[in-house]
Parts: sequence; structure tokens; C-alpha cells
Amino acid sequence: MTYFSLFLALSFVLVAVAISFKEDLNLERDLLAGTVRAFVQLMAIGYVLEFIFALEKWPYIVLMLSFMVLVAARNAEKRGKGIRNVFLVLLLAIGASELVTMGMMLGLRIIPFQPQYIIPISGMIIGNSMVASALTLNRIKAEVENRREEILVLLGLGATARQAAGSSLQASLKSSMIPTVDSMKTVGLVQLPGMMTGLIIGGTSPVEAVKYQVLVMFMLTAAVSLTSMVVGFFAYRKFFTDQHQLVI
Amino acid sequence: MNKYILEHVGYTVTDPQTGASREILSDINLAIPEGQVLTITGPSGSGKSSLLSLLNMMRDVTSGRILLDQEDIRKLDVLDLRRRVGIVFQKPYLFRGTVEYNILLGPRLRGTEPSLPPGQLLERVGLSSSILQQEATRLSGGEQQRVTLARTLANGPEVLLLDEVTASLDADSALIIEGLVRDLSQKHKITVIWVTHDPEQVVRVGDKNVMLVEGHLLDGGTKV
Repeated sequence: MTYFSLFLALSFVLVAVAISFKEDLNLERDLLAGTVRAFVQLMAIGYVLEFIFALEKWPYIVLMLSFMVLVAARNAEKRGKGIRNVFLVLLLAIGASELVTMGMMLGLRIIPFQPQYIIPISGMIIGNSMVASALTLNRIKAEVENRREEILVLLGLGATARQAAGSSLQASLKSSMIPTVDSMKTVGLVQLPGMMTGLIIGGTSPVEAVKYQVLVMFMLTAAVSLTSMVVGFFAYRKFFTDQHQLVI
Repeated sequence: MNKYILEHVGYTVTDPQTGASREILSDINLAIPEGQVLTITGPSGSGKSSLLSLLNMMRDVTSGRILLDQEDIRKLDVLDLRRRVGIVFQKPYLFRGTVEYNILLGPRLRGTEPSLPPGQLLERVGLSSSILQQEATRLSGGEQQRVTLARTLANGPEVLLLDEVTASLDADSALIIEGLVRDLSQKHKITVIWVTHDPEQVVRVGDKNVMLVEGHLLDGGTKV
């Protein structure tokens, strides 16, 4: 693809800007800023990946993955205001999810130890884990607020904070996993996912592309559930004191 | 012998956003004899429910101290304290499931047996053991409140905190609950601390009454 074709693609953004202007959505500035950021960030990552792929040295891969986990944790952190050490919790959750899922794929020799496999697949694991963490953090507060009466009854009966928050935790984990489960059910029927589309455009046979996509979908269920569990396990404590008192 | 002694108890809340603090209870001195029914009355917002929440450490006192059987409650294991001091709220809250499931909830939380078999607990609150397998949330309001009472009794409490437990019930159901609670206090030596708005109820059930107004104890309080 030439840079001129890419420039022409800007007309798609102009459609959104025009709609925002006409409907008074006041999103023009955000749309333009987003366009510039997306272009700069993606071009930069393109050059970084080319560099890492050419080097094929594991410390650079680890560095790149650490950076991705760091940015994802920093981004999800905004959803967990007031939770003690939320950034560390997110680092732990997203990092653990990446380590376990990628570790399994490399250990079981499902993918080779090459940066062009590890980095894009890790991007999907980390990105989805980030979204799942944000959903869990968002949801758990609403659940604890909605179930306040139930929680007080349980605490009054001698339940620990963990026991009293059990259903809130369960509901928030469920809600953060639903998008992944739903997309597993409709994949191939409603949408052709990004990775598969990319491989097909890149010249890979559709059946081979599907194999990778199936792998990614399965891997993401593990990554998302693992992240949500770790985040939820730490996040519910925000609403209780050490004396099992509800503070919301 | 006094079951509870409150010494210069104060409770102040601080708004985490603004940092502004508000005094809810101030210099409360009170002795509550074992096996008696103490009623607490007072206008809305006077701090009655807050006082109950201090007694089972759902909240912490900000000044003074509370003694249960001569021991500062802050030195007790809080989970054990809440089993010894049961609470029943105004609105009966039952979990979806059978009456038996609800009654056994407290003991199951800590993996122990109830103070009495569920059927006997139901009979103690004037309900037939034949409803054990019925869906708890389909019972009438009065029956539900009696099941919540049985659920609290399953932990074998020494003290019952009742937070306007008859306020959402019809007059007949309220009278039944009053009779049951008097019975529990007289026959089983359970100390009862009952927050109520109803002056007639105070006369019917209370051995002693105290009144709270704007966080201060007006009468019946004991200097300790």
C-alpha cells in the first residue's frame, strides 16, 4: 500500500468529522487527535517491530512485552481510583495472564519462539486483558452498591468480607468474560476477526488463517478469565476494612 | 449483671470527598443489663441505627469504648462478635432458596452446626417446621421477618439487635414478633436492643427505654 492510498483513507475520518459537526456532537477535536495519534503510534510500532523482527533476540522481545503490559496497566488504572496499589494489581493481573497463556503456547510448541508470532499474539492477550480488567473494576463497584443490603445481612451473620462480596465478585467476573464468550459464539457468522482477516489479506490460505484464529479465541478465554479473577480478587477489598466492615 | 457497657461513646463520620466531619453520636454512656429488652427511640436521623452498628462493629467508635461482658469489643474477634450479637433489619432480606437454606446460612458461613435443628428454630419463632422446604422469598412479609429472626438465632446469639423490625409489617405480624422477642428474652436470657419509632411498642416490650436526639442520649442513660 502506498502512502498516497493511506492519505486518501483520511476521507473516512472526514465522514465522521462531518457527522459530528452536523449533529453538534463536539467530537471533531477528539477525532482529529485520535487520527493523528493512531497514525503516529501505529507507524512507530511498525518500525519498532521491523527492528525487533530483524534482531530476533529474546531480550528485545521481553522488553517490548513489558512495555505493552506497562501501558495496558496504566490505561486500565483510571477505572480503579481508590483501590490500593491498583497499578501493581493490574501489572500483576495482565502480566500473569500474558505469562501463563504465552508460556503455554510456547511450552506446548503451538507457536514457534519467533518475535513475529509472539508479539502480535501477545498484543491480543494484553489488549483483551486490559479491557477485561477495566470491565471488572467498573462492574464490581456497581455490584457492591446494588447488593449493599445483602452484604450487610451476610456480615451481620458473621461472614467475612470475601464471603459477603462473593456474589458481587461473581457477577463482575461474569460480566467481564461475557464479551469474549459471546464473540466465540458468533465468530465466523457475524464477523471475521482481525487476525484471520489480516492473514488472508497477507496471502495465507483461509484454512490456515482460521487455525490461528481458533487458537487466539481459545487463548483469549484463558487470558480474560485469569485477568478478571486476579483483578476482582484484589478490587473487592477496597469496599471493606480489615474488620470486615462495608465502607460504601 | 450488665451485658453491654458504653463509656463516653462517640461516632463521627468524615466525608472522604470534602473532608468535612459530622458528629452522629456524642458522649453516650449506657449500661444494658443481661436478659433485658432495651428500647431505643428518637426521631429519624438521631443516630439510633448508627448506635446499633457500633454494637456489632459494623462501624467503629471514634471515641470512648464499648464493653461486652466487661471486655472491650475491639479486642474480640469481629466475626465471633457478630455471631454472639445478631442483628435483624427493618426489611426482611431472604436469599433465593428454601427456608432451611436461609436458616442455615450463618452456621454454614463458618462450617458449623446451627444452635438448634432448623425445624426447632422455626418453631421458636412460631412457624411450622413444615415450611422448611418452601421457597423463602414467597412467604408473607411477617413470615419472612420471622424466618430472618430464626436465621439470626441459628448462630446462637447472646444479644439481639433489632432495627425497626416491625416497621414494615402489619399490626398483627408486629404483635407476633413482639411476643416472640419477649419470650426469647425471658426464657432464653437473650439481651435485646430494639430500635423503634412506636411509643406503644416501647411500653409493650421494653424493660427500659432510652431516647436519642441529635446523637445525644436524653433520658434513661446510665452514668458509668
